[in-house]
Amino acid sequence: MKWNRAIRIAVLSGYALFLILSWILGYDAGQEVSRNFTTFALDMLKIVPCAFILIGLFEVWIKRETVERHLGEGSGIMGYLWAVLLAGTTVGGVYIAFPIAYSLHSKGAKLGVIFTYIGASAICRIPMAIFEASFLGIQFTTVRLLVSLPLVIITSKILGDYLTRRKYKLSQPL
Amino acid sequence: MYILYILTGLALAISIIASRQKTAGALRIAAKRFVSILPAFLIMLILVSIVLFLITDEVIIRYLGADAKYLAVLSAAGLGSIILMPGFIAFPLAGVLLEKGVLYMVLSAFTTTLMMVGVLTYPVEKAYLGTGVTIIRNSISFVIALAVALMTGVFFGEIF
Repeated sequence: MKWNRAIRIAVLSGYALFLILSWILGYDAGQEVSRNFTTFALDMLKIVPCAFILIGLFEVWIKRETVERHLGEGSGIMGYLWAVLLAGTTVGGVYIAFPIAYSLHSKGAKLGVIFTYIGASAICRIPMAIFEASFLGIQFTTVRLLVSLPLVIITSKILGDYLTRRKYKLSQPL
Repeated sequence: MYILYILTGLALAISIIASRQKTAGALRIAAKRFVSILPAFLIMLILVSIVLFLITDEVIIRYLGADAKYLAVLSAAGLGSIILMPGFIAFPLAGVLLEKGVLYMVLSAFTTTLMMVGVLTYPVEKAYLGTGVTIIRNSISFVIALAVALMTGVFFGEIF
């Protein structure tokens, strides 16, 4: 663990140093990299704080039984449906889906539903799908959703069942 | 985007009215969880900033516009897996490529892997799912993306 930390700090400071030097020396490539970094970081900052506040509120207000009933082992096919609907309204990239998935899992959602949620949040976020259709056509988006969504649900169920037998659990990063 | 802010603000306000203590607890959880994943987010951002520099729009246009269409599908899927791009950049780019005559199935391979397969989100995903499951999940997603591209090709009559 200590080594991991040391490597992390070395990478972060090396990167920061590289960017600072690039600005001082007027190195184009480094400046471009730093612009990429800030663009993407700002884009994430618009969403991430809200997402984590909502996760916090979810953790204190939503009862475990509620999650278990709708997304847990006994939820059947409805659990998958809820996962897709929830994913459809998720904003931001898939990196937001992981902390949410962890939260749902720790409250009793089953693995198949969790993987469906993660997969679906990548492919069928509603605002994104509308945006996609406006550039590539409604047919393109429809074919994509009709093929990918069933495959995501089926593979998530298989992977979830398999890992449940192996007593697999999602972990909270330390 | 504004809906998210309004929703969060509303939820927070209701929560404070209902119980100040619980709301404070919620914010503590939010801060703790955010801080714990922050290093992985930073590593991801560093990777994104470098990869987006190396793989420019010109590179994408060159590979996706290749004459050998199945090679184009595969390189599109490869590029889409490696790159991480917000939709507001990716779809306009795909729209431009479509007008340039790039096939639907190539664009499908690109955008679907872009969404589903995350090489650059690996640090974040690994933190929650572990290394093994992250690799399995992304491999499955890659195969699904190829299936989507193939079916898109069938639908738009681009297979032969």
